[in-house]
Amino acid sequence: MSPRMAKAMINGLLIGGAVIALFPLLWMLSVSFMQPGEASSLPPPLLPSHATLNNYRELFVHAGMGTYLLNSLLVSGAITLLSLSFNLMAGYAFAKLRFAGRERLFQALIGALVIPAQVAMLPLFLLLKYIGLVNSYAGVIVPGMATVFGIFLVRQYARGIPDELMEAARIDGAGEWRIFLQIVMPLLKPIMVTLAIFSFLAAWNDFMWPLIVLTGQEHYTLPIGLASLAREHSQDSELMMAGSVVTVLPVLVLFLAMQRYYLEGLLLGSVKG
Amino acid sequence: MNKQRMAWLFLAPALIVLGLFFLLPVIAALALSLTDYDIYALANIHNLRFVALSNYWLLLQRPLFWSALGHTVYFVAVGVPLSMGASLGAAMLLNSPLARMKPFFRTALFAPVVTTVVAMAVIWRYLFNTKYGIANYVLGHLGVHPIDWLGDPHWAMPTIILFAVWKNFGYNMIIFLAGLQAIPIDLYEAARIDGASALRQFRHITLPMLGPTLLMVSILTVSGYFQLFAEPYVMTEGGPLQSTTSVLYLMYEEGFKWWNLGSASAVAFLLFLIMFAVTAMMLRLSRRSEGADA
Repeated sequence: MSPRMAKAMINGLLIGGAVIALFPLLWMLSVSFMQPGEASSLPPPLLPSHATLNNYRELFVHAGMGTYLLNSLLVSGAITLLSLSFNLMAGYAFAKLRFAGRERLFQALIGALVIPAQVAMLPLFLLLKYIGLVNSYAGVIVPGMATVFGIFLVRQYARGIPDELMEAARIDGAGEWRIFLQIVMPLLKPIMVTLAIFSFLAAWNDFMWPLIVLTGQEHYTLPIGLASLAREHSQDSELMMAGSVVTVLPVLVLFLAMQRYYLEGLLLGSVKG
Repeated sequence: MNKQRMAWLFLAPALIVLGLFFLLPVIAALALSLTDYDIYALANIHNLRFVALSNYWLLLQRPLFWSALGHTVYFVAVGVPLSMGASLGAAMLLNSPLARMKPFFRTALFAPVVTTVVAMAVIWRYLFNTKYGIANYVLGHLGVHPIDWLGDPHWAMPTIILFAVWKNFGYNMIIFLAGLQAIPIDLYEAARIDGASALRQFRHITLPMLGPTLLMVSILTVSGYFQLFAEPYVMTEGGPLQSTTSVLYLMYEEGFKWWNLGSASAVAFLLFLIMFAVTAMMLRLSRRSEGADA
């Protein structure tokens, strides 16, 4: 094959792949601006004939989408903040502080990764029921406050910090908390950004656990709200596409803005794992 | 000594969360699976009885459990190779020196990964609608009769597999791309001088050099695909004729629709054991083939 043909083929395949990857997203955006019923005609329209924001209005005024959006922001924000702090502290301790049984404990945590999270869900539901956290924000947040993956990521990164930095501060009489807050944290900033994006995206997109623990609409996050709308309004494709846009847009924008950190974290968490 | 105590203080919040909300429930799940915990026990704990392995025994005799396992294995066995093939293909295209606008293509191909499964599954329901869906419209022009993608028991699972491949291939693509970029370019040049074809270069350089990455990625993908749940929940509700009921879907219905928490825990544990056995087998097979090569 001549180099010119090879070049045309490779770029052609890439364009084809990008079209397949992006088409459903663009179609969702376009249909979300269509009049009710417009998408259900033949041939399937690609663009709205008269663009309208009615679907979005309907969602926020009548379908409670605003509440779901706020719930999602609150729950994902809280999980991100809490898990970030807890994972940072633990990851730093595993990387830089000496204590008996450190390696064995870390190995045990990594070993626990083989257990799928769903095994814990049934007793976790009962536990939260007895302490009164079923159908509350806390019920969604509490199990996500620390992750083995996050601890692992921070440990990998923190191992690169030279011990001399901390030793010098200790000789100067700085306490461990001050060393952590003033010397270590600034050095961990890149991994903090990466981990924050990961946690936020995972919390935002999470489905099974919120579906189990949230029993009333007032606490629904976007994916749960959208799934329940989809069961009620399965014929209203325009309305459902607007709902999908509201659900997906925040994370898509976050990813596009912070892509570099996200992809770096993905590689740090898997290739070296 | 003081240093030790500081270390434990740093660890305490994370370890308490993981212990209380993961480790403890996992142990409790094992205990729960040996009881007949149901809606009566939920109302009054005195109705709880120890039933030893009877939940497991009854499950193994239920056709629904076996069909759910069958559907899940189908999803894994077809979905994982397709996903990994798509990931590797896309990574090789992106890695080619002839490719243009690489950052754009990388972002575009990765975009489905960061989206919400539920929202995308809702979109696919409309794209694969029998009457108005674009999939059938395009196929119609190629002379294919309309397919009832999500309503026909033979097509529902393939449609879900197609969706999963589209949604997930970008993730492994990034990992493969990093692996490909780590292969020294001289290897390919030497092979080209020796007159090796592109296919032979792929078989004798690319695949062996990617070996460890391929193994890790396939194990992670297999474990992920065994946990099929949201896709059938949104796209088919486990139907038609329960043809997309996965093991986790069965666990969810058993536990949170019928409140048979004892038997649902047994489902969860069986899934865990099966996943563990499959990934252990993959590790062993790969070690053996490595040994055979050497």
